[in-house]
Amino acid sequence: MNPIALILLFPLLGFALNGTIGHKLPKGIAPWIGTLFIFLPFVITLGQWDILSNDVEATIKWDAYTFFNLDGIIFKAAFTLDRLSIWMTLIITGIGTLIHLYSISYMDHDPNAAKFFSFLNFFVFNMLLLVLGANFLMLFFGWEGVGLCSYLLIGFWYQNASYGKAARKAFIMNRIGDLGLLLGMFLIIKNYGSLEYSDVLPAIAQGTGGSVLLTSIAILLFIGAMGKSAQIPLFTWLPDAMAGPTPVSALIHAATMVTAGIYLVIRCEALYALAPIANEFILWIGLATALIGALIGLRQNDIKKVLAYSTVSQLGFMFVALGVGAYTTALFHVTTHAFFKALLFLGAGSVIHGVHDRQDITQMGGLKKMMPLTYITFLIGTLAISGFPLLSGFFSKDEILASVFHHNIVAYIVLVIAALLTATYMFRLLFLTFHGEFRGTDYALKDVHESNWKMTTPLVVLAVLSILGGVLNLPHYLLHTDGFLASWLRPTFLIFENPAHTDITTEIILIGVAISIFLFGFIYSRSRYITKNMSPEQSTAGIEKVLSNKFYIDEFYQKAIVRPIEFLGDILFALVDTLLLYGLTFSVHPILRFIGRFNRKIQNGNIEYYLLYMVGAIALLLGLNLLFA
Amino acid sequence: MELLIIAPIVLALVSALGSKWNKWITWIFSMAGLVVLLGNWGSLAPLVKGAEFATLVDYPWLGETVHFQLGIDGISFFLLLLTNMLIPVIVLSINSDKRLALIPLILFMQAGLNGVFMAQDGLLFYLFWELAMIPIYFITLMYSERDAFATTIRFFVYTFIGSLAMLASLIFLGSKSLNGSFAYTDLYNVQLSFAESIWVGAGFLLAFAVKIPLFPFHVWQPNTYTYAPAQGSMLLSGIMLKMGLYGVLRWYFPMATESIDFYQPIIMTLAVIGVIYGAIIAMRQDDMKRMIAYSSISHVGLIAAGLFALNSSGFQGGLLQMFVHGINVVGLFVAVNIIERNFGTRNLNELGGIAQKNKLFTVLFFLVIIGTVAAPLTNGFPGEFLLLKSIFDYQATYAVFAGLTIIFCAVYMLRMFQFSMLGECNTETENKTIPIAQLIPLFVVAFFVISIGFFPQWYLDLFQNSSAGLLNMISNVKGVLS
Amino acid sequence: MLTIFHSLEISHYIYLSTVLFSIGLFGVLFRRNAIILLMCIELMLNAVNLLLAAFTEYMGDVQANGQMFVFFIMVVAAAEAAVGLAIIVMVYRNTRKTDVSFLDQLKD
Repeated sequence: MNPIALILLFPLLGFALNGTIGHKLPKGIAPWIGTLFIFLPFVITLGQWDILSNDVEATIKWDAYTFFNLDGIIFKAAFTLDRLSIWMTLIITGIGTLIHLYSISYMDHDPNAAKFFSFLNFFVFNMLLLVLGANFLMLFFGWEGVGLCSYLLIGFWYQNASYGKAARKAFIMNRIGDLGLLLGMFLIIKNYGSLEYSDVLPAIAQGTGGSVLLTSIAILLFIGAMGKSAQIPLFTWLPDAMAGPTPVSALIHAATMVTAGIYLVIRCEALYALAPIANEFILWIGLATALIGALIGLRQNDIKKVLAYSTVSQLGFMFVALGVGAYTTALFHVTTHAFFKALLFLGAGSVIHGVHDRQDITQMGGLKKMMPLTYITFLIGTLAISGFPLLSGFFSKDEILASVFHHNIVAYIVLVIAALLTATYMFRLLFLTFHGEFRGTDYALKDVHESNWKMTTPLVVLAVLSILGGVLNLPHYLLHTDGFLASWLRPTFLIFENPAHTDITTEIILIGVAISIFLFGFIYSRSRYITKNMSPEQSTAGIEKVLSNKFYIDEFYQKAIVRPIEFLGDILFALVDTLLLYGLTFSVHPILRFIGRFNRKIQNGNIEYYLLYMVGAIALLLGLNLLFA
Repeated sequence: MELLIIAPIVLALVSALGSKWNKWITWIFSMAGLVVLLGNWGSLAPLVKGAEFATLVDYPWLGETVHFQLGIDGISFFLLLLTNMLIPVIVLSINSDKRLALIPLILFMQAGLNGVFMAQDGLLFYLFWELAMIPIYFITLMYSERDAFATTIRFFVYTFIGSLAMLASLIFLGSKSLNGSFAYTDLYNVQLSFAESIWVGAGFLLAFAVKIPLFPFHVWQPNTYTYAPAQGSMLLSGIMLKMGLYGVLRWYFPMATESIDFYQPIIMTLAVIGVIYGAIIAMRQDDMKRMIAYSSISHVGLIAAGLFALNSSGFQGGLLQMFVHGINVVGLFVAVNIIERNFGTRNLNELGGIAQKNKLFTVLFFLVIIGTVAAPLTNGFPGEFLLLKSIFDYQATYAVFAGLTIIFCAVYMLRMFQFSMLGECNTETENKTIPIAQLIPLFVVAFFVISIGFFPQWYLDLFQNSSAGLLNMISNVKGVLS
Repeated sequence: MLTIFHSLEISHYIYLSTVLFSIGLFGVLFRRNAIILLMCIELMLNAVNLLLAAFTEYMGDVQANGQMFVFFIMVVAAAEAAVGLAIIVMVYRNTRKTDVSFLDQLKD
């Protein structure tokens, strides 16, 4: 059997098994089925590594069946495992396995655990569909499928109406992006007569299609990416999506699904390399997102919300990298981000679990004594994301900063500020949660407990990965050659070349900047929250109030878009549909009745009159006949 | 194939006579059409795969000029399949033994619908078109929950005016045809001047636009769907409105080809307005049936726009979506009916938390919802993809507006699901479980949601040649479209 | 005998029957008494009968088709009068009136 078929089959099987008979199995079986069926594809994918690494041209293909056929344009369910998709597949299944393992005990007390694992497996299936698909159609299937799973998992505790609202918000905002993606696909079909990557991308690379066309396609596809990867203006769903169980936030809303947009752009590298206007657009959207996400993250008091805005901000970093054409770097950051953000979320989950389902960091503090393992791993995650030298995040973020530096100095400065804010809010989170005095009021510190091995093992593994992740793509100044990821990915690119490397002095300056960013964030937060022992800010006034209220973006959308549409709906229903159209149409009826009131007198039931009319009519006809004959 | 028309009529009479029939026997009666249709698959298959509207039966009927002439091709077969497959589902969903007249009327209607989709003679088409109206008139009149007479008479008269306009067009065409024949090919061969074509086209379009219903000819629809009994709403939305779309394809396009250029932009604009208009109103409805009614305006608007884009993907997507919309909307009405039957209301404000005690129903209902939302790997996706593509090929800006449906549809469908199924229980929904037997129709629907979602080509194969043939007949032969 | 008939022009018959018919017609239209209505209808029928008989004679129709019609009409008229009178009797029993203007139940 084709390995791709197996990779896709297992998660689907896990979904079907857990979805149908999972809750009837003895307690504890269903989660292990779910975990195993994600681990198996990971192993299978690893088994394919050699084939791809031995031959740069090699790809593994699987044409499942013809989805539909339209006048000779064949829309296939076809899949391909190349160097890019195997990388994504390993992240998805690898981190997926860890998060499944973690979820086993996280969801232990939930009666619907089987349903949870079934959805989670289905998510992995869709995500694999997205990255393994050999055409835009399969990408779109996975794209919408992960959106659907995200909806199901955010609203997993469906009794809570506000979770349901968050779930719908996520789905609908994603759909706005999906419309862009769909229109982009139509434009591709119209101009290239196919949706297969192997037809479209080489044609683009060879210069088919004018720059207007390429730019339009690139921007439309990017609108899809904006929805899925939570970029401005479509990012507000991601923080709300934290309503879902924490493993879901880790897997879907940090490590995998939200990076689909980055995958899409990297996959269409030939397109974006030839659409400079679109790139500039991506760059500035990414910058704005990185900055605004980080700013909001500064003043959030929900442990998961901070991480959510951090994710938004980090996704902005990745798009900045894409905007300046640093595709490898973006994927590198996707990878390291998957490690440390999954770690941070799982750590947060461990904290939430430990303090009995509370998320407010104003009620925490001093947890490091009670949860040492969680603390250490969370610390590692924080160091990694803040860019502590030689940890994974340091390398990937430094690469992004370096590429932006060469592209546009203004963008570089903005991004440095965003990075600085990242270090600040992450240490704020760390200090407020684990250091200082315990501030909980409605529960005692002694109730706090460390999580069991099923939850800590993934933490440890991810912590190790967060430390060592940098080796995947060590920079040029250390190796004097391309990093591993850069050389691994090069064969998949049609146009893109790894950029020329700058002289060592610039590099040293950039590294110096990066390290000082980290130090500044660390020292600032430390002085504020440890030395001065400040408690978390309650939204006071001025800029802090604006930040803790997330720039009032939700309120703005509510007032500017949602309310008007609702109002329009009411107006259309009450005035246009009911009053105007219905009223106007059926006002014919009283008019006819009015006329009928007169006509009725003629038809009075008296036979003499009827006879008279008849005779009159006959006489009239005869008369006319005489007249005209 | 006359049996497809005769058998339901005979069975309707039989079931009307024996008023105390067991529900299951009448259900078997309703299966007759499907059995006949699939039983003849061996002989029909070559015709179905053919490009032209092949004649099956031809008797002289009213003198020389009007024949009892039935034909079939992939398009007809596909809609016959929809009709005869949905009728048993609808019969299964009947929830009260007191509605004795319902089953004979439904069967009678089945005969009319089958006739519409097979008629190959103008007047015969009109006859069946009106024949299908009679039972639904009685169904809504006898079993409507509110304002039965006002609703029914408005609906009937409104659609009837459209039908008369179509009759006028048909008679005009017949008067110009060779020997005054009303046969499909003879009518098709009539050469019309541009002005004549505009008038003939207007007659057809009025009838079809009312039936579809196309904005702003939809005024009869929301009240009728809301107040009619559930089975009436299913018949109307699931099958009857497909008569209008089928009519556009089979009768309007070939008969008044010269007028297409004139009407195309008008209808496209109206259809796209309808897509958004229906969706925006649907978002604000609390009555589930009324919400489905407005969502239906939105969905059929998309189908109509796809058909009028006059390209291959529009025809194929439109046909597939007719089938899919029929299935999904019946599924939705079945689900609403189940909710109303068990919990006594279908107002979203008074529901909630049904999911807690009714897992299977939740799963099935959700499948129908995501099918309607057109999530990939469900039945809504291929059709909607093709339709939007066709609109995009016609005019990209139209596609942007029509594409809003994928956003809006998610808004109102998920809203409905949220407020009915999820959230906290109330006293009404707290302790009731829905009997499994009531869910059987939803299983049929769910089967199609998944199978069309995964394997649309199975279904497209049924009519791809015929739709290409029809498009060819419209575009090349008369040379209207380049 | 025949010569006596033939001594008159066809037009005389036409005038006579027209006058008879008109009398009958006006009687039907303007009288209210049901029995008189019935008699007027008879008068109209007989006017037609006269015309039919006369035309048969003047056209020289050997088979006398027109006169056959006359017999038919007479039979039907007799039947009609019988039924009509029966109805009038019934109406009179129920309403104590033979005034047709009172009978306007048709409008419902």
